[in-house]
Amino acid sequence: MRIDISTLTISEARKKLDAKEFSSVDLAKVYLDEIKKKNGEINAYLEIYDDVLEQAKEADESIAKGEIFPMTGIPISLKDNILISGRTVTSASKILEGYIAPYDATVIEKLKSQKTVFLGRTNMDEFAMGGSTENSAYGVTKNPTDLSRVSGGSSGGSVASVSMNGALASLGSDTGGSIREPSSFCGVVGLKPTYGGVSRYGLMAMGSSLDVIGPITKTVSDSEILFNAIRGQDKMDSTTYSESTYPKIKNSKNKNLTVGVPYHILEKGLSIEAKKVFDESIEKLKNLGFEVRDIKLPNIEYSLAVYYIIVPAEVSSNLARFDGIKYGLHAEDGKDLLDDYLKTRRQGFGREVRRRILIGTYVLSAGYHDAYYNKALALRQKISYDFTKALSEVDLIVTPTTPGTAFKIGEKANDPLSLYLEDVFTVPANIVGIPAISLPSGFVTEDGKDLPLGIQFMAPHNREDWLFEVGKKFLGE
Amino acid sequence: MISKEDIQNLANLARIEISETEAENLVPEIDSILGYVGQIKDAIGNSERVIPKLRNVMRGDVVSNSPDEYKEALLNNAPAREGDYLKVKKIL
Repeated sequence: MRIDISTLTISEARKKLDAKEFSSVDLAKVYLDEIKKKNGEINAYLEIYDDVLEQAKEADESIAKGEIFPMTGIPISLKDNILISGRTVTSASKILEGYIAPYDATVIEKLKSQKTVFLGRTNMDEFAMGGSTENSAYGVTKNPTDLSRVSGGSSGGSVASVSMNGALASLGSDTGGSIREPSSFCGVVGLKPTYGGVSRYGLMAMGSSLDVIGPITKTVSDSEILFNAIRGQDKMDSTTYSESTYPKIKNSKNKNLTVGVPYHILEKGLSIEAKKVFDESIEKLKNLGFEVRDIKLPNIEYSLAVYYIIVPAEVSSNLARFDGIKYGLHAEDGKDLLDDYLKTRRQGFGREVRRRILIGTYVLSAGYHDAYYNKALALRQKISYDFTKALSEVDLIVTPTTPGTAFKIGEKANDPLSLYLEDVFTVPANIVGIPAISLPSGFVTEDGKDLPLGIQFMAPHNREDWLFEVGKKFLGE
Repeated sequence: MISKEDIQNLANLARIEISETEAENLVPEIDSILGYVGQIKDAIGNSERVIPKLRNVMRGDVVSNSPDEYKEALLNNAPAREGDYLKVKKIL
């Protein structure tokens, strides 16, 4: 039979796999064909695994025996910073060339137990630093909706793989918007779960106090399925939480959720077209019965500055482990051990990674530590307090996901600060640790092409259920 | 204002070799980023440091894997090994 993957979802595929309308092997073959056709141009995948059909066959055997889980036989892609035992994982960096993961990340272990099919690993900004996937050591990932534009980042390859119908879903990681921004640029659904909602064990560390793994899918229902498959407390990551950490006091079943809009942050930076799409979405929410209120987040303007102090600080510490001795690249020409370190790190890290390590070293160095790092931590707490207060008055906070549509490849390449500003709406959720989802909300026509744009909902800690509830209503699922 | 020498010093601390030209190019880039993040100095009031709800907790230092379970996989990832040792250049 013919499988139409352009409209296929995880929930549809589940029904058809279970009804034996097609097998997991059939499904995997269709995806492998599509990847072969499109990946050369888009560059979403860095590697297609050579045992995809064997994995799918195993899934089919499980289905035949009635051992069926929500993700059994579902083909997905993985961001290149999630460890999967025995396979190459590089964070799209030269410094990890040839690195073979010695163990499975917790999310992989969970998905393997459901017999999920892994298609391959996807391109990203090196060590997840960037918002365009232009910082990859293996070339840019193009936006499937307009090949002259970036896919966004850092999970650009993961998002593009779903958007181009090269995977039914994908796992990305989000430190400051790395799942949501590309999802907005490519017209798919991207969820950044609550910090600690999904184990970071086996995720290559970037900003350890902000990083979280999350699903990239075509629908909100699919996002919920994949999130439920990977979530949960893990003894290997002590920052994961139990159900009692953030008790769910309020239930929304019998009332409509209220939505707060911090209109004061939308006054600058947002393009006119993007503002129009956002205003239409707010009207839609009102028509769906949501009460919309204007809210204030007094310190939110400092979020981006706080973020670009905390992240480089954590980056400079986390990336100290790459020395050319334990794994990956080793520069051949050093005269002694120290020289080996210096040369390996010079040759192995790309420009943005080097830049962030230097900034992190600066903000942590004696004399500047108090003015930058400690001050940023104090402000982070104030911002968290503002959000807690706002989220006691409304159930959800909504903003655009990005200030505008996907930009042209190369447009921001020589101006790192202008690229950082793309994260202005997404970083607060990471700073506060709350969950946030980006949903496709409309299109802006540029150069004769309809470019997608996303809307972002944020909820209190551990209230992904509210994001799914509003998301399904918003997208009419 | 950050200087070229500051950049070289940071690079030394961070164990990254940096060429003269790169240090020169990095001056305006890092300057503009530090200028931007420096706005937090204007933020008024300090808040008391509280211990976050989620934080790192060390596990007991006990062996949880069988002998040699990961040895080959880990050693094989090293660019240079000799027997069961990682090989490095002379230190002194």
